[in-house]
Amino acid sequence: MKRQKTNPYTLGEIEQGAPCCVPAPLLRVRDLTLGYGGKTVLSQVSLDIYKGCITALIGPSGCGKTSFLSALNRLTDHYDNAQVNGQILFDGQDVLHDPVDTLRLRRRIGMIFQRPNPFPLSIWRNLELPLKEHGVRDRQVRTKKIETALMDVGLWEEVSDRLHTSALALSGGQQQRLCIARALVLEPEILLMDEPCSALDPISSGVVESLILRLRERYTVVIVTHNLAQARRVANYAGFFWMTERVGKLIEFGQCRHLFEAPVHELTAAYISGAQG
Amino acid sequence: MADRLFSWLVFGCSLLVVLCMVWVLGDVVIEGLAHFSWQFLFTVPEDAGRAGGIGPILVSTVWILVIALAVALPLGLGVAIWLSEFSPGNSRFGNTTGITLDILAGIPSIVYGLFGNAFFSIYLGLGFSLMSGGLTLACMILPVFVRTCETGLRAVNDDWRRGALALGLTRSAAIWHILLPAARPAIIAGLILGIGRATAETAALLFTSGYVDRMPESLLDSGRALAVHIYDLSMNVTGGDGAAYASALVLITLIITLNTFAQSFVNSWFRRRLVVS
Repeated sequence: MKRQKTNPYTLGEIEQGAPCCVPAPLLRVRDLTLGYGGKTVLSQVSLDIYKGCITALIGPSGCGKTSFLSALNRLTDHYDNAQVNGQILFDGQDVLHDPVDTLRLRRRIGMIFQRPNPFPLSIWRNLELPLKEHGVRDRQVRTKKIETALMDVGLWEEVSDRLHTSALALSGGQQQRLCIARALVLEPEILLMDEPCSALDPISSGVVESLILRLRERYTVVIVTHNLAQARRVANYAGFFWMTERVGKLIEFGQCRHLFEAPVHELTAAYISGAQG
Repeated sequence: MADRLFSWLVFGCSLLVVLCMVWVLGDVVIEGLAHFSWQFLFTVPEDAGRAGGIGPILVSTVWILVIALAVALPLGLGVAIWLSEFSPGNSRFGNTTGITLDILAGIPSIVYGLFGNAFFSIYLGLGFSLMSGGLTLACMILPVFVRTCETGLRAVNDDWRRGALALGLTRSAAIWHILLPAARPAIIAGLILGIGRATAETAALLFTSGYVDRMPESLLDSGRALAVHIYDLSMNVTGGDGAAYASALVLITLIITLNTFAQSFVNSWFRRRLVVS
């Protein structure tokens, strides 16, 4: 039944996706292999992240999706015994091997975590701190950026009267949106999201999901999710990770619609239908 | 029945502890007040301390404390930050530092006194002086202070560390703006332990700051600490008990005041960086 293709990673012609979606790779990953202390957790992953698109990474827990995300902004530098090999090409540079200013890289590639992690500071300081640390000295500029970010994530109306109270007093969903605002305030090009909704209740999750859809117009998003329905709703491209012989691999990558409706690989088909049934 | 007996037993234990404290404090307060006057705080001791006051002794005590804290606080925080944030997990030097601190924390204070005498007084030529005494006390309180701060820093939510890194903040910014304020309770606890131990110290000061009861004219002058004064009055001076009690009352009041002050100082200092809901 299933067609076997020569390139297992890409499926079909790259169509013009959503109108905001430009089929130009912004970030190219080539043969990325990642391990901790000699134990490989992810092997030979190659894929392209397209500008202005949402790319969803799906697959069971423990197959290296989060590690993959962390490699893209070199957060893996700070993980004990992590080794990353291969190439990550971003803006003409190999992020892994060329001399890269990681602080600047992380400003351009923001990251949202599974558990909301606002700093134990006021709402305002949470957004002001990264701006100040990245050298935005002008107070008025900062104020403008902070207000815009809060409006972008739909928090402004909810918190504008208590900007100087603790961010930890917000609800889980609000905290996660604050974390997104904190990343957006630095105007990144790419947003990495590691299961941003999995720690939230269904309503907050829905709010964050619609926010992600709205972000598509201006940012490139890579989202790891266990929620297949969500991946299907938001993503333009999707990649399916699976463990073979205890090593995570990218089994299939392509347009989201193709991957869900006509998967090439049996594993993908089984995973998608299994999760559906 | 057995349960009730047990609950009475543990209640009895607690009661015993409280009674001991009430007894000690009551004894000191009653006997101390009998010999106490405001004059006592400001006048010079006469007749080997039987008459007069403790003016110079208070001044020496405060100076010794100031020196000890001025040295131990920044140094201790530095070591704690290095241990918790920079030393790679299981590094040999990190482990060695940790073990060294634990051993140092268990060394009796008289040994610190001998070390201080040999090193600060004789080798560095500081003689019997407030400086020698303060530095010896700094060495003495450093291990406990470092360990308390280190534990506090390690207990800080790892999500915040990752969040800060992902925003491209420098390690130092994360430590200064987020981790240190979050570890505040531990830092206060360490500070209070240190102050308590330093203020009440006798053995380590006998051979370092000496027991001259004159008003010190410089930090290189010898000076008698309050605890040394109490020791001297009760052990070597017949008829000095009244003055010893009054001095003990002052010492206890001083420790309680300093603890309160330390707590509110550290609180207010960090509160400016940290909004607690």
